[in-house]
Parts: sequence; C-alpha cells; structure tokens
Amino acid sequence: MEKHHIFDDPRNVKRLLRVFYVVCVGVLAIDLVFARKIMHPWEGLFGFYALFGFVACVALVLIAKEMRKVVMRDEDYYDR
Amino acid sequence: MIADLPPFAILFAGALLAAGCRGWLRAVVILATPALGLLNLIMLEPGIHDRVALFDYSLELVRADRLSLLFGYLFHIAAFIGAVYALHLRDPLQDVAALAYAGAALGIVFAGDLITLFIFWELATITSVFLVWARRTPRARRAGFRYLVFQAVSGLALLAGVVILIRQTGSTAFDVIGLGGLGSWLIFLAFGIKAGFPLLHNWITDAYPESTPTGAVFLSAFTTKASIYALARGFPGAEPLIYIGAAMTVFPIFYAVIENDLRRVLAYSMINQLGFMVAGIGIGTELAINGAISHAFNDVIFKGLLFMAMGAVLHVTGRMNGSALGGLYKSMPITTTLCIVGAASISAFPLFSGFVSKSMVMAAALEEGHGWVWLLLLFASAGVFHHAGIKIPYFAFFAHDAGLRVSEPPLNMRIAMFMSAALAIGVGVYPWPLYELLPFPVVYHPFDSTHVLAQVQLLFFSALAFAWLNLSGLYPPELRSVNLDAEWTYRKLIPLGLRAATVLVLAVDRRLRRAGLAIVNGVIYMVWRLCGPLAATARDRSTGQAAIWAAALLGFTLIVYYWHGGD
Repeated sequence: MEKHHIFDDPRNVKRLLRVFYVVCVGVLAIDLVFARKIMHPWEGLFGFYALFGFVACVALVLIAKEMRKVVMRDEDYYDR
Repeated sequence: MIADLPPFAILFAGALLAAGCRGWLRAVVILATPALGLLNLIMLEPGIHDRVALFDYSLELVRADRLSLLFGYLFHIAAFIGAVYALHLRDPLQDVAALAYAGAALGIVFAGDLITLFIFWELATITSVFLVWARRTPRARRAGFRYLVFQAVSGLALLAGVVILIRQTGSTAFDVIGLGGLGSWLIFLAFGIKAGFPLLHNWITDAYPESTPTGAVFLSAFTTKASIYALARGFPGAEPLIYIGAAMTVFPIFYAVIENDLRRVLAYSMINQLGFMVAGIGIGTELAINGAISHAFNDVIFKGLLFMAMGAVLHVTGRMNGSALGGLYKSMPITTTLCIVGAASISAFPLFSGFVSKSMVMAAALEEGHGWVWLLLLFASAGVFHHAGIKIPYFAFFAHDAGLRVSEPPLNMRIAMFMSAALAIGVGVYPWPLYELLPFPVVYHPFDSTHVLAQVQLLFFSALAFAWLNLSGLYPPELRSVNLDAEWTYRKLIPLGLRAATVLVLAVDRRLRRAGLAIVNGVIYMVWRLCGPLAATARDRSTGQAAIWAAALLGFTLIVYYWHGGD
C-alpha cells in the first residue's frame, strides 16, 4: 500500500486554502493602518496592489484562453 | 601563479583537456576549470590586459572593469554549477561544448574592442549549438539549425555594423555606441537578436526546450546575458530599449500561460525577465542600470535553478509536458522544494533574489516618469508569478497525480540545485555583497516597508486569482498543442510561400512549353503541307516528263542566248 501523502486528503487542501485566504485578507488589511509611500497617483488607492495583482492575473488568463482559439494548433503542426 | 591569464583562455584550455580525458578525470577537469578561472578572475587587476596587434588594429582581449568583472564572476559561477549538474553525464561532446561556450561568453564580456567582441560572438554561436544537437533527436537537429541561422544573422549584422562603424570613426573601441548611423543600428540589431527582442525571440523558445536537460542550463545562462552586457555597454539610455523591454515583459506571459512544454514556459518567462533588464538599460539612470545588471545576475541563478529542476523532471520521467506530469511532490520532495525556491525568486518574493533587483528597475521607471511603462512592468510582475511562480511547480509537482512514481535525480543534480537555491536565498536576504559589485554606488533600500508590502499584496492576490480560476474551472487546462508565434512566418508562411511560388513557376513553365510546342507543331505541319508526301512538290513525275521539261528549258535558254548574244 502506497504511503498517504499530505494533499491526498482534500481536507488538507481546504485547510491550506483557508490559511491562504486569511493571509490575503491580512496583507490587504495592513493598507488600513499603514500609509504606503506614493509615487504614481494610482498607488494611493486602498488595496491598489492587491486589486491590480488580482485583476491583472484574471485578465491575463482569460485573454490567454481566448488566444488559444487563434493560435493553438496540433502538436505536430510544424512537422507536417 | 595563474593570475592575469585571459579568463576565456582557462575555459578553452579546460575544454581541450576535457576532450582528451575520460571518467573521473574528466569530472575533475570540468569542475576545476571554472573554479580555477574564478580564482584567476579574483586576482585579475582592473584595467586593460592582453593587447594584441592584428594588421593595423590593436585588440584588447581583456578589459576588466566593474561591469565586465561582475559578469565574469557570474559566468564562472554559472559554469561551475552547470558542471556539477552535468557530472553524471557520460557525454564528452556536451562537457567540451559547455566549457568552450562558457569561455566564449567570457570572451564577449571582457572584449575591449569590437573586433574581439565579434570573434567571441561567433565562437559562442558555434560552441552553444552542440548543446542543442547533443539531444540527438531529429527535432533537436532541426531546432539546432534554426538556432544557428538566427545566431549567424546576428553575427553578420554585428560584422557589418562593426565594419561601418570602424570606417566612420576610425576607432575599434567597444564603449558607448549610441543609436546614430546605420552601423550602430546594425550592432543594435545584432545585440537585439541575441537578447530576444520581440519578433526575433523565437530561437529561444524553439531551441532551448529541445536541448538536453543539462544543455538548457548552460544555454539559459550565457547567450542572452552576454547580450544584456553588450547592450548595457553599448546602448545605455537608448530610449527605444524602454519600449522594447516593456513589450518583452508583457507578450511572452500570455504564451507562457497556455504553453504545455514546461521548459518552453521557462523560455518564454526568460524573455519576460530579459525585458526587465532591457527596459532598465533603456531608462539608463544609475538606479536602472544597477537594477538591470543585478537582475541579470539573479536571473542566471534562479532561471538556471528552474531549468535544472525541470531538467531533473525530464531526466527521471522522460516527460516535459504539463499535461503528462503532476503529483511528483510525492516522489521528488527535494526537487519540489528547490523548484519552489526558484519560483519564489523569479516571482520576486521578498527575501528571495528577484525582489532585490527587479524592484530597482520598477522604481527607476517611476522616478523617471515612465508611468505607463511602470504599469506594464507591474502587470508583467504579476504575470511572471502566475506562470513561472505558480504554474511551473503546480503542474509538475502538484495538480492531478499523473501516477508517476520515480526517484529523486542523481546526487550531483540535487547538489547543483541546492547551490543555486542557496545563492538565490542568500542574495535575497543579504543583497549587499552583490550591490557592492554593481557598476554604480547603490543608494537603494530594497526592504523599505512600502516596497515589501506592495510586492506581498501584489503576489498574494495574484495567487488568489490563480486559486479562484483553478477552483472555478476557468483556468485553461494543459493541452497537447503548439501555439503559433512569430516563428510561424519562417516555419510555415515562408515554406508555404516558396511551395506556392514553385507551383506557380511550374504552371507558367508548363504553359510556355505548351505554347512553344504548339508553334513548333504548327511549323512542322506547314512544312508537311508544303513538302510532305501529299504536297505538290512531292508528286511523282515520270523520267520522260522530266526530260521533256529539261529539253524545253534548254531550248528556251538557247533562244534567249541567241536573241541577245547573236550580235
């Protein structure tokens, strides 16, 4: 019988995610109490970096997914 | 004892020695060569060494200043770690090629004049292609040839540019060139090809993933970083570099997200990292150049680490597609951990090496008022975490369990990865020794609380986006596929165009031949009509008839003769 590994148990994945969500809320909350130095006007928005990171990555993935419709070909495309 | 030898000479001598040795002796040679080389470099006095006369020109084979020395140390470290990683190999071709290639790269960064630069530029091409061909597959052979064409075009552009520049200025010195006449643009193009400028970048994503597991580690270290050095030396503050760099950071990350071959993902992410360096050189302030150079240093280490981790996966599983991997953390926990260190470093997590260098370029972009460029770089920073920081470790080591039960890679591979990981964390935690070596004095504080907080927020929420997309099923699955890129023009369009042109030429040729044939046939028919067996000229006449006609003719002649000649 194979050894049981940590992420074989879905509860462990859930636990990890829960900790991760808490940390996310934590680093966002620091913006409430700590004033970041600002060089670009947008930086002054509450949670600018958090929002930017989230939106940028969602946009990146969704655009890349759409790109597949145009650029994706079979694996042997260049060998034919 | 060995002090003041030209750095490349030691590596070339080592390559020659390695060619003649077998077994453990060769292992000693490939380890001792970069180690001795580094020792020699540490003892090397700054200044110009090894002047050689070539016809009317004086070559400066070794120019040691802050910029070249930093790249010199870096290339020795990379060659040493690469050598450790390749110790298990029984392939003299790769050992020799790798050492000679490292020597050529050192030749480039220490070249004090343009002619020396050109010679080592070409040597780097010739020595490196063997690391692609050493995979010994038909795909690698073809990719190697395409790689060679790109490198040769870069070499030609450099040669043409250098000749024009020397004729214009009368000087062979390799210093700030700046964008001016045709010569300087050709040199810019030559550097740009090897630095992976947009549209000229596909040789990286084509050849590196086809090279051997160990070859990719060497390849990722030298060619592109030597070009970054050359750009920093020749074109600091050249404005087009800012926009070229920004484009380089952004477009590859889209491809990296949908690419299946994980080493090709790394190749795209390499272009993205090069973009930060190129943009930094373009901004051209002391902070920006320091950022670009230190990022080149860190990139060699962490990108090498990621290529080593993926090479280890390829070595033990024989697979490299995200769609065929997964769950390897169970059987390769050490490789998994070391890969995550590389991933954290390239993502610029605070306390990992990428953070202390990339943030300098970003800060310089803001300081110089390039707000939009800064936003693009910020987008690319989030993106690099997404594809290199999360995707690489996630699809190789976690995700769905592909059922692969393998063992860790050989000890030497693990040691090499460990060395890189230690350096990545070391520089990330304590960057000041690296800062000391940079071309300009560093007044930048990486661990300023604003920087740290901003970066942590950016990265955690990028990770949150990944988690959300993955859990909601929006994340594009890994698919066995090829994605069209600029290479489509020369791998498909031009061959198709040539084929179409051939078909057209053949068709025109066929028509011309047919028309010609029709004319010839017509002439033959006419001749046949006039002189053929049915023609009047061919009708049978009896001999008697002919005699009567002959007599009549003679009689006529006689009459005419007497008519005139009688008197």
